[in-house]
Amino acid sequence: MRSIINYLKEIVQGVWSLLKGMKVTGSYFVRPGTIVTQKYPDNRKSLVMFERFKGEVVMPHNDKNEHKCTGCGICEMNCPNGTIEVISKTIITEDGKKKRAVDKHIYRLGMCTFCALCVKTCPFGALAFSQEFEHAVFNRALLIKVLNKPDSQLMKGVE
Amino acid sequence: MYDFTPLTKWIDASLHNAMSPFWTTIVEMLIVGVLILLFYALIGLFLVYAERKVCAFMQNRLGPNRVGPFGMFQTIADLIKLLFVELVPIKNADKFLFNLAPFIVITASFMAIAAIPFAKGLHAIDLNIGVFYVIAVSAMGVIGVLLAGWSSNNKYSLIGAMRSGAQIVSYELSVGLSLITIVVLAGSMQLSEIVEAQSTGWFIFKGHIPAFIAFVIFLISSTAETNRGPFDLAEAESELTAGYHTEYSGIKFAFFFLAEYMNMFIVASIAATIFLGGWMPFHVGHWDGFNGVMDFIPPFIWYIVKTFFVVFLMMWFKWTFPRLRIDQLLTLEWKYLLPINLVNVLVMAFIVLMGWHF
Repeated sequence: MRSIINYLKEIVQGVWSLLKGMKVTGSYFVRPGTIVTQKYPDNRKSLVMFERFKGEVVMPHNDKNEHKCTGCGICEMNCPNGTIEVISKTIITEDGKKKRAVDKHIYRLGMCTFCALCVKTCPFGALAFSQEFEHAVFNRALLIKVLNKPDSQLMKGVE
Repeated sequence: MYDFTPLTKWIDASLHNAMSPFWTTIVEMLIVGVLILLFYALIGLFLVYAERKVCAFMQNRLGPNRVGPFGMFQTIADLIKLLFVELVPIKNADKFLFNLAPFIVITASFMAIAAIPFAKGLHAIDLNIGVFYVIAVSAMGVIGVLLAGWSSNNKYSLIGAMRSGAQIVSYELSVGLSLITIVVLAGSMQLSEIVEAQSTGWFIFKGHIPAFIAFVIFLISSTAETNRGPFDLAEAESELTAGYHTEYSGIKFAFFFLAEYMNMFIVASIAATIFLGGWMPFHVGHWDGFNGVMDFIPPFIWYIVKTFFVVFLMMWFKWTFPRLRIDQLLTLEWKYLLPINLVNVLVMAFIVLMGWHF
């Protein structure tokens, strides 16, 4: 007798669990609002990427053309695949001291794996990720980028 | 109101006037063949599109949306592509059986569609053993599947075909018994009579709980019979690449593909005909106004709507449930469906005997 009850119980439980599954897919089917697919090339104008999306490494500059990079080279040391090369120069400050500053912060996008070690380890927070992701170019040389803008200065009070 | 019998009678009579009985039969067969072929192609194209859309919506995707409005012409584009694909010859394959297999599969589904009543008088052959005939020919497709698996000279194909064989041998029982439950209630195997008997109420309502159980069992076992998910062990992409049609390409693959969708359509239309009243409109007791409005909708529309409802249910199953293992598949049939079904037939016979149905 018990085995018969168990048999029937199994059937009812099985059917119930199947119905639960069907409820999930059925509710997706009747609610088109749950669709997550983006019609990418069509919605290019309105497409907003996520804040944490890693498009490419950039060096934010403020409106006075100043950045936070001191040219210390920590990013270069931390980069696992030699994507970053920091070329520094020596400048003389207003009070006559010699000081190291960044000349060219070279970033090779074609080699970057977007691991974010440079952004995380920068002691001054000079690097960041942009949301730009359309990187295709016809010339490979265009993928080698200089991140600091020409004639840019170190921001006051960073060091 | 919408009776096609005078139209078909008139065509028959005018053909008889114009030519000898022999040629009349030939021409009538040609007309029916061409019409069914057209219907077949259209429904096949639509079903592939519908399946992709339904599947996409259930998985929070958009599905085909590039070719034409809402991607409607996607399947036509796919078909044109398939027609141009090279037919790859297989080394050491059994050439004759390899080429024969897709035709057997597609012929089986063609033969089944001939017995289905689309509307009053719109019925290719009205056999007095219609239900029996449909069960018989729809089981024939497995021969094609087995031949395809055997002749491909490929272990995946062979495993897929053997699984399909085991599956159909077991589930054919349940399909037959669940249909017999309704045959007991209807007292006839003729499909047109079964539909006529449902003019006062569809069998799924008339037959109380046993009819409903039979409907559910028919849905499960016919899904298994057509090798669709969650019973698609014969194809099982993740284990057997594509199962029995791994080695097929181009139009021969298209035949298997089309036959799969048409088999789904056929079992859905059998379910609609036997359980949901076929082309009979939905009637409620003595609500004459309501019944009049329902009568106004053409029977062919009723038939199509009911069939697509069942097709949708089967798609819903496919895109919700995970695939069964072969032992689970056989357990489900022999330990659950078959005993329930046997008891169900007895209960139905008892109900009919006591006159407890509506």
